[in-house]
Amino acid sequence: MSEVLVLVDHVDGAVRKPTYELLAIAKRLGSPSAVFIGAADKAEAAAADLAKYGAEKVYAIDDAEVKGYLVAPKAEALQQVAEAASPAAILLVSSAEGKEIAGRLAIKLGSGLITDAVDVDADGSTTQSVFAGSYTVKAKVTKGTPIITVKPNSAAAEEGAGAGTVEQFSVTISDAAKAARIVASNPRQASGRPELAEAAIVVSGGRGTGGDFGAVEGLADALGAAVGASRAAVDSGWKPHNLQIGQTGKVVSPQLYVAAGISGAIQHRAGMQTSKTIVAVNKDEEAPIFELVDFGVVGDLHTVLPAATAEVEKRK
Amino acid sequence: MNIVVCVKYVPDATADPRFESDNTVDRVGVDGLLSELDEYAVEQALQLKEGTEEEVTVTALTVGPEKAADAVRKALQMGADQGVHVLDEAIAGSDAIATSLVLAKAIEKIGNVDVVLCGMASTDGAMSVVPAMLAERLGLPQVTLGSRIERKENQLAVQRDGDTATEVVIGTMPLVASVTDQSGEARYPSFKGIMAAKKKPLETYGLGDLGVDAGEVGLSVAWSSVEETTERPPRTAGEIVKDEDGSGATALVDFLASKKFI
Repeated sequence: MSEVLVLVDHVDGAVRKPTYELLAIAKRLGSPSAVFIGAADKAEAAAADLAKYGAEKVYAIDDAEVKGYLVAPKAEALQQVAEAASPAAILLVSSAEGKEIAGRLAIKLGSGLITDAVDVDADGSTTQSVFAGSYTVKAKVTKGTPIITVKPNSAAAEEGAGAGTVEQFSVTISDAAKAARIVASNPRQASGRPELAEAAIVVSGGRGTGGDFGAVEGLADALGAAVGASRAAVDSGWKPHNLQIGQTGKVVSPQLYVAAGISGAIQHRAGMQTSKTIVAVNKDEEAPIFELVDFGVVGDLHTVLPAATAEVEKRK
Repeated sequence: MNIVVCVKYVPDATADPRFESDNTVDRVGVDGLLSELDEYAVEQALQLKEGTEEEVTVTALTVGPEKAADAVRKALQMGADQGVHVLDEAIAGSDAIATSLVLAKAIEKIGNVDVVLCGMASTDGAMSVVPAMLAERLGLPQVTLGSRIERKENQLAVQRDGDTATEVVIGTMPLVASVTDQSGEARYPSFKGIMAAKKKPLETYGLGDLGVDAGEVGLSVAWSSVEETTERPPRTAGEIVKDEDGSGATALVDFLASKKFI
């Protein structure tokens, strides 16, 4: 069975959940091989985690020559693995970096590229959601090795032991790939809440919060949810851009999306329309968000959310 | 200094974008405009120009059907100095791979380019891959997705707000950069700008001018193919209750419990 390469998304060796989802998809297409580009001393532990989720093989690439540069060296490294392994497909997480690596890799390998897949079938055909979620597109790569970036939450991570055989793989990085240097890096403070793009439940607030996210965060914590924000809330400086949901922020697809004080402009819809269940609380009964909801409350979020939070805590 | 800003003509998102029978985006029958996300790139190009004493030429470059010239015109109205429109029937239906080829060849033809500036994504295809592909094709440094962009002599530094960290990335010109919608409000064309734009040069290239073979681009040779497009059924509005004396919260929690979220 052909290998299917999965580029591992990790922070200092800690594998992030979307990678496990990719391994589950890789299993449909062939034999999952994870490509870990990171510190040599973190590879063993990462490989053990990857094996738990089905990786048959783990290519360990020491990142001494890769880190400190933007994207290009990772694309070169992945190209070299792909040329050695002749995989049936290459899967990456649909993050900003994942898509940029995929774009460069597609040119290098002369291979077709599909981004932002929400599903991948065993024959490699993909499903995407486009035009702010108003169309579903089925597509297939027709040239070279299919390179597919997949959105978080598109498949369930499946525990199921793979062999996880570690293969040290050395790569040669060109000087040209080191032309864009990362000169400073400030890690984001952990919020203690789930990652927005990966969360099963998202509670988000907009203009209607008036800048006070206390009620939104209270309900989020009671539900074990991530906190999001509309563009209006981010533009007002109430929340950082990494929490923005919408066309130019994160596109999320959780099991449950709670929109509080968000009117539901097209820009926002593009970021949440494919959520499984949508709930809204808004003072304005004419707000377009109510056209999308499975359940809506016309009321003041500053009274409805705290009361709902107390009720959730009581029933838990 | 020469700056090329890549701009895309996209269907207006509020005008119900749709597909044609061959599963390509309808770029002719739906009202279009300069992609909002490219306006940020035009703005940053103009700010780079305004931030220096040296002579700077800002060229707005587009690839697309006849009407795509409107995207270039908008950039000229905002303040770009000249425009280039690659127009060729053979290009229709091109994927990002072919589009990046045409853009790269056009940038080479414009010549002596110091900065290629792009938006973070188009508002139609939204793949976000063309800037990286351009860097790959042109063999230039890639400093992309900047929420801030700053020139330091012959270098550009961008602030990149990633999922797990905020980074500063530096490259030496010539290079390819892209900016996000956080990089700063784009200016509106002034009346003077609109009038001046009418006199600015807008050149049209065909594939032959760029040395690109028609067989390298277009729908039939795309490296991926769309097999099916389906309009998603509109979500049917569910139950909506009015909050009276706390009844809203109870009803909400009842709903969440019925769906097993609690």
